[in-house]
Amino acid sequence: MSYLELRGITKVYGEGAAEVHALSGVDLSVEAGSLVAVMGASGSGKSTLLTIAGSLEDATTGEVSVGGRPLSSMSRNVKAQLRRRSIGYVFQDYNLLAGLSAVENVALPLELDGTSARKAQAAAMEVLEEFGLRERVSHYPDQLSGGERQRVAIARAVVGGRQLLLADEPSGALDSTNGEAVMRLILAACHRGMAAVVVTHDAQLASWADRVVFLRDGRIVDQTLPAETAEAFLTDLPNR
Amino acid sequence: MSVRHALLALLSEGPKYGLQLRQEFELRTGEVWPLNVGQVYTTLQRLERDGLVESDESLEEGPQKGFHITAEGAAELSQWLRTPPDLSSPPRDELVIKVLVALELPGVDVHAVVQVHRRYLVELMQQWTRLKEDEGRFDLNFALVVDAELFRLDSLVRWLDSAEGRLKRAAAGVDPPAPRSFPLPKARRKVGSPR
Repeated sequence: MSYLELRGITKVYGEGAAEVHALSGVDLSVEAGSLVAVMGASGSGKSTLLTIAGSLEDATTGEVSVGGRPLSSMSRNVKAQLRRRSIGYVFQDYNLLAGLSAVENVALPLELDGTSARKAQAAAMEVLEEFGLRERVSHYPDQLSGGERQRVAIARAVVGGRQLLLADEPSGALDSTNGEAVMRLILAACHRGMAAVVVTHDAQLASWADRVVFLRDGRIVDQTLPAETAEAFLTDLPNR
Repeated sequence: MSVRHALLALLSEGPKYGLQLRQEFELRTGEVWPLNVGQVYTTLQRLERDGLVESDESLEEGPQKGFHITAEGAAELSQWLRTPPDLSSPPRDELVIKVLVALELPGVDVHAVVQVHRRYLVELMQQWTRLKEDEGRFDLNFALVVDAELFRLDSLVRWLDSAEGRLKRAAAGVDPPAPRSFPLPKARRKVGSPR
């Protein structure tokens, strides 16, 4: 069953002559354990799609379900709880809090959700160590490189067993090596059962996904077919 | 891909047998470019004829015949490494031509044509990226080959993205309209040739 389900999503900003249709009739399903990339030019509606999927913004029409539950059936408080417990967000500019160390940044969403500071820190330490940041846990964001900051941001998005990861141009400001490292972490989270959506204009980033959907002028116009196995692909190369 | 220079490079590390050369060539190109043994021996014979390698007289004839590089061979290899491939004139890229033709034909949705090609390229990129997930296979040589292919395909996707943006702006009257013919710039002089 899909963990994230968007049905007939439309988003209209403004009214009358100033009306802008950011999304028109978007359907998207993301299974647990799978990574979907949404590719499109700037202004195609990618970021709007992500904020609606993450309940940060309401759709004009259509329905979003997370974990089988329609967002429209949830109160503000329940939605806020869903965002804290089940959804992790990763943004291009990291959005780390400058006054908190790496481990405090990662522990924060758990603490906000009522986990004790001790348990939250322990969980945060575990993820940061797994991400190769053991030596950097006490550093503040301005003491970390861009790649390290984004790894901390991903750690914050997956800590505490979240089930849905939403990333907006997660390697936008990084070089290709750090961009690849970011996608490997997101993919690893999917292999552990998370559902993930990455929106990007970058084909190299999108190509880590199980499925790539193409968004143009607020509509999904196409998507990739499932890939063949690596062995079959190598054998089929024309120069073999 | 110059098999001739790849073999010279392998022999510059020390004398080797023909079969060994084939094995090492495939290993170091991430097994993406397989080589048949006939190709190896034909190339070795030509290299020997040109005085760039010599066969070891002490060793027996046949598949186990050994070869070593000569001073001329080492000089040739060094020269080849520093000579940029000729990229001075734009290739007749089939993808570019298809989009230009689509633009001219009445009743053809050029955005749909662009998307067909974009999807195909991204699907290919997914296949190459998937190879990176296999840590067992993914050594440095293979990584470099896969990255080269991904960057090449990515450059085509970027061109499609930029073409689509340009078409949109032209339709909105922001950019100048497309001319009736598309003269390609002529390379006036060879850049990057050895001095």
